[in-house]
Formats: sequence, C-alpha cells, structure tokens
Amino acid sequence: MATAVPPAAPPESRRAPAWRRALRNPRISIAGGLLLVAALAAALAPVITPFDYRDQVALPLTGSGLLGTDDFGRDVLSRLVMGMRTSLVVAAAAVVIAAVLGVLAGLVAGYLGGWTAVAVTRGADILLSFPAVVLAIAAVAILGPELRNVVIVIGVLYVPRFARIVYVQVLTVRSAEYVDAARVMGAGPMRIMLRTVLPNIAAPIIVQTSLSLSFAVQVEAGLSFLGLGAQPPLPSLGTMVAAGRDFLEVQPSLLIHPAVVIIAIVLALNVLGDGLRDLLDPRRAAR
Amino acid sequence: MTALHDDAPDVAPVLGLDGLSVDFRLGGEWVPAVKGVSFGVRPGEILAVVGESGSGKSVSTMAVLGLLPPNTRRSGGIRLAERDLLRATVAEMLAVRGREVAMIFQEPMTALNPVYTVGEQIVEAIRCHQRVTKAAARKRAVELLTLVNMPEPEVRADSYPHQLSGGQRQRAMIAMAISGDPKVLIADEPTTALDVTVQAEILDLLRDLRHRLGSAIVVITHDMGVVADLADRVVVMREGEVVEEADVHTLFASPRHDYTRRLLDAVPHLGRTRTGAGRRPERAAARDSPADPGGGAADRDTTLVLDDVVLEYPGRLGRRGYRAVHGVSLDIERGEILGLVGESGSGKSTIGRAVVGLLRPVSGSIGVCGLGGRLNRAQRLRLSRTVAMVFQDPASSLNPRASIGDSIAEPFRLHRVLSGAPLTTRVGELLESVELPASWRDRYPHELSGGQRQRVGIARAIALEPELLIADEPTSALDVSVQARVLDLFLDLQQRLGFSALFISHDLAVVETLADRIAVLRDGRLVELGKREQVLHAPKEDYTRDLIAAAPVPDPVEQRRRRTARAGTDEV
Repeated sequence: MATAVPPAAPPESRRAPAWRRALRNPRISIAGGLLLVAALAAALAPVITPFDYRDQVALPLTGSGLLGTDDFGRDVLSRLVMGMRTSLVVAAAAVVIAAVLGVLAGLVAGYLGGWTAVAVTRGADILLSFPAVVLAIAAVAILGPELRNVVIVIGVLYVPRFARIVYVQVLTVRSAEYVDAARVMGAGPMRIMLRTVLPNIAAPIIVQTSLSLSFAVQVEAGLSFLGLGAQPPLPSLGTMVAAGRDFLEVQPSLLIHPAVVIIAIVLALNVLGDGLRDLLDPRRAAR
Repeated sequence: MTALHDDAPDVAPVLGLDGLSVDFRLGGEWVPAVKGVSFGVRPGEILAVVGESGSGKSVSTMAVLGLLPPNTRRSGGIRLAERDLLRATVAEMLAVRGREVAMIFQEPMTALNPVYTVGEQIVEAIRCHQRVTKAAARKRAVELLTLVNMPEPEVRADSYPHQLSGGQRQRAMIAMAISGDPKVLIADEPTTALDVTVQAEILDLLRDLRHRLGSAIVVITHDMGVVADLADRVVVMREGEVVEEADVHTLFASPRHDYTRRLLDAVPHLGRTRTGAGRRPERAAARDSPADPGGGAADRDTTLVLDDVVLEYPGRLGRRGYRAVHGVSLDIERGEILGLVGESGSGKSTIGRAVVGLLRPVSGSIGVCGLGGRLNRAQRLRLSRTVAMVFQDPASSLNPRASIGDSIAEPFRLHRVLSGAPLTTRVGELLESVELPASWRDRYPHELSGGQRQRVGIARAIALEPELLIADEPTSALDVSVQARVLDLFLDLQQRLGFSALFISHDLAVVETLADRIAVLRDGRLVELGKREQVLHAPKEDYTRDLIAAAPVPDPVEQRRRRTARAGTDEV
C-alpha cells in the first residue's frame, strides 16, 4: 500500500525479547515484583511465619510480636501471611477455572460458529447480566459457606469474561489466511484452535487473567468478610477485616493491616494488567 | 486529444518541490525517507510519480498537504503558486487542503465515511470551503457527480458508500476532491484497488477532468501501465531520491537511468513475452505441444478435474447463501499451469478454495488425482498432501507467532513425515530452494520483507512435494521487481518439481508469463478456456477482448492508440 510508510527497519534490528521489555517497563517490574514477593510469602507461609496461626502466643490485643496479637492472643503477622495465602490460593484457583473454561468455550464458539457461538455468547450475556458479587453471595449461601464453593462460584462467574474476549479475538484471527493455510495443510480443528489460533490471542488472555485475579481477590475478601468464605480458625484477608471491625476503637491496626494488604494486591494486579496490556498491544509492538 | 502540456516550460509550475527532505524518527534516530527531492507540476499537466514501496513517492506528496505522522520532520521547500507550504500555519494549511490541493485516495471504501451518504459527504466538503446553503451545495454535489459520470447522480447522491461499486465509490471520491476547484489534484494509487475494466474508466475520467478543469494532477503509482496511459511527464523515485524525470514518451522509449530500465523490464508486458526475459518463452514453447487443449484428455493424466462445479458461501443462520460459482468445468493435466483470470467477484479465488477443500461444492464434483466427492479422514489427509496453496497476502498467510522455520516444518509435523534433525535439515534445504539463507529459520514473519515472506509461503507449499499447487494471486501484493523474481522462482520450481498449478490472477500479463492454458472467468461462469496464445491473441469472446483491451500496457504509444480505438466505440 502506498500510504506514508517509513522505510522498513533493517532486518537485523530485531525486537528485544518480551521479558526484557517487560522488565524495562516500570509498571510491570514494580507491580510484578510486589506480587512476586506476596506469592513467595504465601507459598512459604507455614515455614516463614514466626508462630502457628492457631496458637495463642500472648495476651489478647497486646503489642507483642511485630504486629501485635488479635482478640484470641494469636500473632497477627503470622495470621496475615496465612490469610494472604488463603486469599491468593482461592483467587488463583478460581481464575484458573475461569480461564480454562472460558478460553475453551470462546475458542470453540469462535472457531466453529453457528449454534455453538449463539449458545456460548447468550449464556455469557445471561451470566454477565447479574451483578457478580450478588450472584456470588447467593450461590455460596445456597452451596454452603466453604472455601471450595467460593472457588467454584468465582471461577464460574468469571468464565463469561474470558469466553467473550476469546470469542471476539478468535473471530478476527479465524479469517486470517494463516488459519486457512493450516487447514489446507491438513490440520484438524483441535490443532488449529490450540496451536495456531491460541498463541495469536494470548495477549488479551494474559491481561484478562491479571485483571480477573484482582477481581477474584476482592470477591473472596467480600465473601469471607460476610462469613461465607474461610471458616475460623483459618484466616483470610476478608475474615481478618471482619474480625478487626469489632475492635476498631481499641486497636484499629487489626482492621488496617489486612485492608492495606488487600488494597496493595488489588492495586498491583491492576497496574500489572495495564502494563501488560500496553506491552502486548500489537499496535505498540509493531513499532 | 493532444494535450496542452506539450513542452511548455514557459508556464510556471503550480506546485513545486524544491529539495524536499522528510525524515522519520524511529527508535531514537532520524531515518531519511525522502532525500532532497525536486520536481514541479504545471497547470493542466499530469505528472506521474513512480516507484516501488519504500521509494518515498507517497511520503513526498503527503508532505505537500502536511499530512505526515507526527514523528516526521520536513526540510527544503514546497511552493504552491507563490507560497511556501512548509512555513504555512495550521490555519493556512486548512485553507489549502481541499481548496487548492485535493487528494484522491487508494481505497475509496476506507476513505469515505461509511455512515454518511456520498451526497452528504460532498456537501460537507463544499460547505467546508464555501459559504453556500445546504440546498445549493446539494445541487452542486449532484452536478459534480454528473461531471464524474456517475450513473443516476440524483439517486446515487443518497447512497451510502457500501451501496456503490468500487468504481462508483472512486468516482464519488473524485467528485469530492474536485468540489473545491483545486489547482492541484493528488491521486495516490487511484486505481490500484479497482478491476482493470473499471480502472480504464477512472483513468479516462482523470484525463478528461484535466482538460475540463485545467488542474494539475499528480498521480502516485507503482503501475507502469497506468503511467503510460495517463501521464504527460514521469518522475521515477527510488529510496527517497528522484532517479529520473522525463517526458512519458522519452521515458518509455529510451530510459536513461539503469533503475528505470530494470523497472520497465520487470513489468510483465501483455503481448510481449517473446522479446522479454530469456527463459520464459523457451519453457512455454516446450510446454505448448504436450498440453493439447480441448482434446479428449479424460485419461489418467489429469491432476485436477472440475465438473460443473457450483459453489456457494453459506448465509448466516437460516439465510440463503451467496452463489459465487455457477457450474464451472475445467481440468489441469499433469505438469501443466492453468491461469485462471477474472475480475474481483468473478469467483476465481472461490474455485481455488474449493479445490483445496476449504469449501465444499453445492453440486458438481471436484477431483484431485482421483480424490473426489465425500472424503473420509484418511482421504482428507491424503488430499492435503496432494494439493498445496500459496496465498495472496504473504503478510497474513504466515502465523505471526511462529518462526518461519516452524511454519515450513508444520506440514511435515502434521503428516508425521519427518522430525528432529532430519526435519531441521529439510527445512534448511527448502529455505535455500526459495533462495533464502537456511540460517533464517528462526526469524519471524515480521522481520521479513513482502517478497521474502512470499518465498517462505512457497517453500511451505512445496514442502511435501504436492501434485497440484494452487497459487491465489501470489504476487499481487508485491512490487514489480520483486514480483518478477518470485514468478521466476515459481517457474523454476515448477520445472524442477513438475507439479501442476492453478495460477489465479487478475493480471493477464502475469498469467501470460507462465500459464500454458488460460481460463477466463466472469461472474462465476467460465467465459473462455484455451491455449495461452489463442486466448490472448485470438480471443473468441467479447469479454476476453475487453479484458485484454482494458489492461494498460507499459507503452504510451500503444496506450494512445487503444484509447482512440476505444473512444470510437465507447463514447456514444
């Protein structure tokens, strides 16, 4: 095409690999670093916490230990790290369910079209038309307040978000000639969906994963706050905020600490998602 | 129809570029795109700026209107009448655009706003520059549409762009461009997106407008046929510099610069293959005798047989489909290249897609090496080894997330033919057979030029040594000099590997360079099928004749002769 196209860059100026560009992006490196620390702490929680989260180690509501003790005399720092572990595991498991189901549904609907597409998109619309948190509360209340149910409910609730994004992306990729080329070479639909189409729509899926994690952390915190999630003595960030609320005037730090952790994780996930979106945006990558 | 331009150097140019340079800021440094370019265009003159992609021909003319992206800088001088446009303010430029210099774009579908009727858009353009009432502007719009020979201008003014044909859209674009009586009209590849017969009409229109409006016209093009047909003077650009500037007759008769000569040589010239590059005629001559068209060749040696094939694109849920091909029968013998020619919408690509199995015929049958009808899984796999396809757009036919080595290796992996080290070696061999270094296997498509990508596409297609190759406009997205090399490569490989080929193209001249037989398609029906010589030199059908006559040849004298011949019959 003869529009104002600058002369093509010489072929030797190959783009830096994605991870290197990611490190150079301050939003990704800072938010990602913070999340990495949080994830490591959560993974190693039983090892690194100074006390068991169930044990009474000092008098209730005293300043002993780094962050003091709670109303049962348990170490707040240990409970905070364990609570973060609970929240992150629940959120991650839920997002994995959402991503796997959503990507599969979107791929199939987008690639095969026809009635599959109608079913998937309408189903997604129906699910999306309810406020997610309200639906989650109702569903967990019916299924029973258990962490496993929280994971399933959040996971299912976020399937449509993935399905819709993937569906739309597949529609644009499906008509590309390289998909026809794969079909002409004799590739079956499964192989084309997973090997040809999926890598080309990875970017929005990655971004959506990061943003969904942040939503999932919030929803889990909300459900646990209402007593529908983690059950005592297991701490989660939501239950700790709920417990801290009763002692707001005596010891506000009991509420503030878990709240700050929630805010930090959610913020970091959102910033990371924005950074990834910029990094993976094909219009920017083209330069 | 002698022009008023003939050697009138006393007339001052209305638009002049004076040592214009344009640089792009890329990755922190200034990359020159245009390097000190000077040329001028006089009133009533048609100047063609010719060059391949990256030559700076578009950039230098877009610079006139100040329509360059923000990461650019201009230096030198651009004079419009007595003014220097480089130093014009934004407000001054607004007055210049449309009123003094107007632009016609390549793709009228994207250059027109889809949510307004063309009438509304022309009215808008008129009211931008003149204080007139809506009613007066509307009247003027209809006049303009009449001026550009739009059929039923009153009705068409109320049409939306998508309701018009490509040629009609381009007419609407031109009407909009001339609405402000511009002194200079810049046309950027005005006919590239159009079919040849429509292209001929638009070129006629531009020539006619020059006489009627007295505007200077600058045509940016890569097509030497368009240049020969339209231009009075030609500027040849390459890598941001003017390599040659000459009168159109002088340029084609005796090009001074080496590059111009090479460019002219690379252009496939309908009806002149015999005197062209060396080996094509030999090959064609050798090929002519065994391929006996029309003979009762229903024996085993046919690679492809289409028998009364009807093809439809399915409609959306429950709606009727669109019938693209109405009963086409043809066959290709072993080792033969059949050129399938037609304008857009003729169904030529659809046939190609059906042959490779991307589309199933509604009725009739397609047989490839004995494989036809409903296929089971094993037969489908065998079919995909027997037929391969080279796609039109090399930018989109390679998976951008796969290295070119992986793309070429894909057919081997799919059919579990090779793996591991032997596969790597084979991929390297294939890359070398399309004249690319084997060490490039780890590169990605975006790191390659268009011609290199198409070579990769060809390497992938021949990977499993297919019996039949479908080439769907494989060179239409490439520059002429690149096209010539890719066509050479294609012929070379065909001779070495001996595959049969269905070569789909809109360009008769390209088909002439390599096809043994030619099939002409129109509106999904086969118009004519015969030996190359017969179809091109003694066509039986009127449509074939029109098609040949409409294809501009890179020869101004010939074009002039044809034009007068056309004027005799057409202008009723």
